[in-house]
Amino acid sequence: METIITIKPVLAVLIALVASLLIMATPKKPNLRETWSILGAVATFLTILSMMPVILSGKALEFTPFVILPGISLKFRVDALGLLFGIIASFLWILVTFYNIGYMRSLKEHAQTRYYFCFAMAIFGAIGVAFSGNLFTLYLFYELITIFTYPLVAHHQDEESYEGARKYMVYLTGTAKSFFLPAIIMTYILAGTLDFAPSGILHGIFPATANPLLVKITYVLYLAGFAKAAMMPFHNWLPSAMVAPTPVSALLHAVAVVKAGVFCTSRVMLSVFGVELMNTLNLGIPTAYVAAFTILMASVIALTKDDLKARLAYSTVSQLSYVILGVALLTPSGVTGGLIHIANHAFSKITLFMCAGSIYVSLHTKKISEMGGIAKQMPFTIAAFSIAAMSMIGVPLVCGFVTKWYLAIGTMQANNKILLVVLLASTILNTGYFFPVIIKTIFGKPREGDPGAKHSGLHEAPVYMVIPLLLTATASVLMGLYPDYFMNIVKSVDPDYLMNTLKAVFTS
Amino acid sequence: MDFLIPNQLNYPILSVLIFAPLAGAIVLFMIRNETVARIWTLLVSLAVFVLSLPLYFNFDPSTTKYQFGEHTAWIPAFNINYTLGIDGISLLLVLLSTFLIPICVLASWKYIDKRVKEFHFCLLLMGSACVGIFSSLDFVLFYIFWEAMLIPMYLLIAVWGGPEKVYASIKFFIYTMVGSVFLLVAMIALYLKVGTFCIPELMTQTHLFSFNFQFWVFLAFGIAFAIKVPMAPFHTWLPAAHVQAPTAGSVLLASVLLKMGTYGFLRFCLPITPNASMYFAPYILIISICSIVYGGYVALGQSDMKKLIAYSSVAHMGFVTLGIFLFNKYGLEGAILQMINHGITTGALFLCVGIIYERSHSRLIADNSGIAKIMPIYIGFFGFFCLSSMAFPGTNSFVGELLVLLGVFTDHKLIGALSIPGVVLAAAYMLHLLQRIAWGKKGKINFPDMNIREVIYLTPLVIFVLWIGFAPGPFLDVMHASVGHLMDQLQTAGAVALVK
Repeated sequence: METIITIKPVLAVLIALVASLLIMATPKKPNLRETWSILGAVATFLTILSMMPVILSGKALEFTPFVILPGISLKFRVDALGLLFGIIASFLWILVTFYNIGYMRSLKEHAQTRYYFCFAMAIFGAIGVAFSGNLFTLYLFYELITIFTYPLVAHHQDEESYEGARKYMVYLTGTAKSFFLPAIIMTYILAGTLDFAPSGILHGIFPATANPLLVKITYVLYLAGFAKAAMMPFHNWLPSAMVAPTPVSALLHAVAVVKAGVFCTSRVMLSVFGVELMNTLNLGIPTAYVAAFTILMASVIALTKDDLKARLAYSTVSQLSYVILGVALLTPSGVTGGLIHIANHAFSKITLFMCAGSIYVSLHTKKISEMGGIAKQMPFTIAAFSIAAMSMIGVPLVCGFVTKWYLAIGTMQANNKILLVVLLASTILNTGYFFPVIIKTIFGKPREGDPGAKHSGLHEAPVYMVIPLLLTATASVLMGLYPDYFMNIVKSVDPDYLMNTLKAVFTS
Repeated sequence: MDFLIPNQLNYPILSVLIFAPLAGAIVLFMIRNETVARIWTLLVSLAVFVLSLPLYFNFDPSTTKYQFGEHTAWIPAFNINYTLGIDGISLLLVLLSTFLIPICVLASWKYIDKRVKEFHFCLLLMGSACVGIFSSLDFVLFYIFWEAMLIPMYLLIAVWGGPEKVYASIKFFIYTMVGSVFLLVAMIALYLKVGTFCIPELMTQTHLFSFNFQFWVFLAFGIAFAIKVPMAPFHTWLPAAHVQAPTAGSVLLASVLLKMGTYGFLRFCLPITPNASMYFAPYILIISICSIVYGGYVALGQSDMKKLIAYSSVAHMGFVTLGIFLFNKYGLEGAILQMINHGITTGALFLCVGIIYERSHSRLIADNSGIAKIMPIYIGFFGFFCLSSMAFPGTNSFVGELLVLLGVFTDHKLIGALSIPGVVLAAAYMLHLLQRIAWGKKGKINFPDMNIREVIYLTPLVIFVLWIGFAPGPFLDVMHASVGHLMDQLQTAGAVALVK
């Protein structure tokens, strides 16, 4: 793969940092402060977008500002996989910034400067993760996300939020330090470098002479180290993190943070170990089983939750594992399905969370049982919610279907019937926990004592909030009708492998 | 003198660095005005720092010999010489010492309001002794500086310390004196064996030392240095001394005094008693792991900011001894870099505690919690150094710890796995501290944020944290040759059969 040395990747990462510093410098002027957020988001998105044609033509952009030790450096590299995550995170940042303004101002939240600062810093971390060129850089930004999302989770500064934030920190930092860091050290000792494999996803960086047992241990350490991917048993921080304000749950705990987790997992599987080594050591299918277990368990737990955000959180836990399951299948369709789900889940789940937030702003409740019949007063929100929920279930014409299609073919390519059954079963479970919400809000009646019944003047949330969620819902539909936009990026991750083998399967 | 490259500069740089602060200290007594005394000390220490910079720029990283050498006969009857010289192991420590003294002066500007002249006299004396310790190549000279360091440090704690200063200073003094006695015994034993006090010559005579001899000399060395480091279970003087010492005292104690122990291991134990070092290495690795985990665990439960940082020092220094006794390149270089890192980061944390103590007159976390809203700049600095202390990637400690961990995992995977809980604990106690200070339950406190002076003396430390964190090359390059030489010495000793 051709590599172009350019400072662009660094710029794309740094814009968010500059934006956050500007936010901190203007605490007394809310309008200016929010302008920095919007400008930062737009500038980041445009910079990343401008790199897209080069990446699609099969090249990679790279820049190394600092070398720390031989084989360890601060290195930024934009390839198709990173571009996919970068584009999603930066685009949704723009929408969520508008949503933020509506949410934070309607509720008159405190410490808004800190909030916007940490928000921008978290995005800085996410873009950094996306454009990392090696494991050291990845680790740096991974930890940066944790540190700067902590104040967001603990935003309300009451007992409950401290408790949630403490759990958040213990899970994320604890696993990163206990497993991710030793894994990096083992990788350096075994491979002599921390750089990702420069081309394709077939070959990793481990030499053929490396001790297979140590390589296997390293792999398990990585899997356990990325608690942000919320694979069981390291998932419990995500529901606890729901004490955060809803926009945080929307962008960070549906997109930036958790996607950083699955992105890192995919990155390690594809660019550090490589498909061939994963197959040789038989690491893929056991990983897929763990992911499958997470998918089913989290869905079952989601069924029991009455708190809408908790239900969405468990839905996220389960959906994230689709990505890992897909990549771990190590078949062309599986990998495609897994990676495209990073995009599909991002757009749909952020819609769901933004809907939950706008219901909260209008109705002041998170309980599903108190949401009877609110569709009359909040038609746009509930419509968007229904579309996104259908996407999560995998109904055709909405983007979630594309994922399930590829994943199903992927399991068949891997010739694994158990995983296919898991996929189908999880679809039924998805329906089980999303449909009651839709039915309740559209056909339900407000009960006596519900907040909705008291507030007869219930109406839609501010327009700042409704427009972003309508846009993401529309995007979910468009991505279902016309999946090529993100599919092209996914295919560029390794065109030879993902395209050719795919054709071979269909023609044979 | 084939181990020494004579000083090529047009002034005897090491002697100047040792005696200029001393001369400045004497002039101090002729100054009446306290502010003038402060300014004078600041100028002297800054001048010393500037004068020490040529050490780095003229340092030849390719040679294993001691550079900027000075050699004069002192007491010929006992073959005692005034020999100075530095190599890649001591260079950065000398620079760290000269770098920190002006910062200590600035940090004490408002904090010290009684016996101002005497305080600054002690500071300059410390500066002098620090350079002396890390640059003397004669055992007697080293010993004199080693002991000389005790006096100003004792005074700093005993005169300007907190409420329990007497207890703390006496404890500090007794512990260190016991260590010094063992050091003296080792020195005399070596002299009787080979008839020289010259440290580089002792290193070349190891074939004369039987294992039994090395065993006992190592033990004497080991106790002296382990107390200084301090390694558990010899650490109990440290929290007491740190808590009671004034800010400048804590900074020097953490940043320079503790390094004397680990420097001693590198300069004496490994090259002079190599076989005993190898024999004892497994035990020291275990003790290091215990120090790391124990220090971290105890730090987690502290309610006093200074005590917490003091116990974190025990843990961090455990990483240094861990790295030293791995005997491989990663471990040794990581250990030396970690000595510098600990000096910068822990020094900075103590400065931060000093800043808040000046406002609240309490070191308790409960009395200083919840200040993020009233002191945002302070929390920015404090949070930054907390991250550095927990080895956040991109900071200095990460590079040091990474090197040490690379060293451990290369040779002893099990011990490496055992040290990981220490890494996790470091994150736990530092983030817990930061969380309580920044957002804990706020009492009726209202402090002004940091002033310009405080920002000025913390900023250079920030720069070094990031510099070493992202581009450690300039700091590691100077030590390659010396570390390689040290490993050669160990290898040859391992290969040669011992005299029975």
